[in-house]
Amino acid sequence: MRRLAAPLMLLLLVLAGGDARSAEMVLSLSKARVTITSNFTGDTIVLFGVIDPGEAARPAPQDVIVTVRGPSESFTTWRKERFLGIWVNVDSRSFLAAPSYLAVLASRAPELIASPETLRREQAGLDNNRLLQRIGSDYADVVPQDPFRQAFLRVKQAQGLYFERPAGVEFIAPNVFRATIPIPGTAPVGAYEVVVKTFADGTPVSRGTLSLEVAKIDFEQTVATAAQDHPWLYGLATALAALGVGFMANVAFRRD
Amino acid sequence: MTIYLPIAELPVNIFTLLALGIAVGFISGMFGVGGGFLMTPLLIFLGVPPAVAVASVSTHMAASSFSGTLTYLRRKLVDVRLGLVLLTGGLTGTLAGVVAFMLLRRHGQLDLVIAVTYIVMLGTIGTLMVAESLRALLREWRGEKANVRRPGAHPWFLRMPFKMRFRQSRIYVSVIPVVTIGFAIGFLGALMGIGGGFILVPALIYLLRVPTLTSIATALMLTLVTMTAAILMHAVLNQTVDAVLGLVLMVGGTIGAQFGTRAGQALPAEKLRLLLGLLVLAVGLRVAVDQILTPADLYAVSIDEAAR
Repeated sequence: MRRLAAPLMLLLLVLAGGDARSAEMVLSLSKARVTITSNFTGDTIVLFGVIDPGEAARPAPQDVIVTVRGPSESFTTWRKERFLGIWVNVDSRSFLAAPSYLAVLASRAPELIASPETLRREQAGLDNNRLLQRIGSDYADVVPQDPFRQAFLRVKQAQGLYFERPAGVEFIAPNVFRATIPIPGTAPVGAYEVVVKTFADGTPVSRGTLSLEVAKIDFEQTVATAAQDHPWLYGLATALAALGVGFMANVAFRRD
Repeated sequence: MTIYLPIAELPVNIFTLLALGIAVGFISGMFGVGGGFLMTPLLIFLGVPPAVAVASVSTHMAASSFSGTLTYLRRKLVDVRLGLVLLTGGLTGTLAGVVAFMLLRRHGQLDLVIAVTYIVMLGTIGTLMVAESLRALLREWRGEKANVRRPGAHPWFLRMPFKMRFRQSRIYVSVIPVVTIGFAIGFLGALMGIGGGFILVPALIYLLRVPTLTSIATALMLTLVTMTAAILMHAVLNQTVDAVLGLVLMVGGTIGAQFGTRAGQALPAEKLRLLLGLLVLAVGLRVAVDQILTPADLYAVSIDEAAR
């Protein structure tokens, strides 16, 4: 029932405060905070969106692309080559401030929604997200065919942290859509950005953003903050615990 | 049943971790090795970031080596004096190893150096151990008498100055080779992220001619000290010690180590050395195969610093 209640509420919201000038959107997440506890194995978040159709003369948005980006991190992609029979890292490329998590959910395959140029400009689709690389002393994104870029996307996809779902956005009514955002158990902690873009006849119509937080709570948070803020104490406590466990096992199994 | 690891930041099955701890603990108790050279790669395989794996394994090794050391201490098999002399070299070696680690990482060839060091060290030591213990077993099978150690038959490096008597080990040798061995273990340990027990045990047996069981017991004591220092070092410098991961591993590890210690004493020394030699050789081969076979993906992605 809760799943139905949310879009209904949104509909009311849209009707109450309608601004007909441009196609506006009202977005809502089933929860804005993913909490990590000791039995956390991943979570799913449902995004609801209502698009105001605006004046009748304007084309109604036909497509939606939802992009979720996790906190940025810097990565290095290494290329191996055979050297004297052994595979050696010979070349590397730094990816600066790349999202640690990247989900692209669309109402259909992005390449069917708009032209490659538009998609690239709008950073819509996994291949169209800007990934800044350091090349020599320059900072730039490269062509999508760049082997390092492709390898980076391939590795992140294999880790389950990058993915694209062409049927990830579902229209439940002409102007109401729903998208399910899976957060895997290995998802990095931090602030996530949800960007929703609507398209009509291949041109972007409107855009909306939301933020989402993945955070450790309770015991997990206590351990993580202790390790950060009191490293000496944490180290000593861990070392003592280790010796304690060793001693107890020794006493428990003592036979002579 | 899964459990979320707060520092490694991923969920894992708690029973997989326990089983891993018990299996590696058994081996570490049996042969007096820390088990890091087995545990660290297995954790990385489970998805734990390498920096967290190396740091957390040290808690497991501290616990299981403490448990093992206590057992051997009670049986009066630990040569504390030998251990202390080894430690003086070991701690200096650790420092040198940490510096080398930093220099190599700056030049981007750390992984390769680690792999090649593994292959060379494990290959050499494994082959030597297997060959020697097979010879010993063959002699026994033929009913020949084993060579009795004669006091005058020491190689040149044991006859160097600064001689010291190690009663427990029944040796009277120069401290120079002892400190050198300690230094080498410390250096390799810091560089390769291992306790070094599997290198130290054969070094004590073959180079210093310490009895097998005393070698194992003394190596365990050394592992205990270096690993406790490693916990503190990793916790303070990198904040990569996952206490939850460490706790699950050490509970399994200490239980496994108890059975391993008994199994080790039930086996004749030659067979124990043969088994350890085969194990070391197998791990070395595994690393070699990994380096030689064409990897599934020629590209790899690593997270920059950030110490995650």
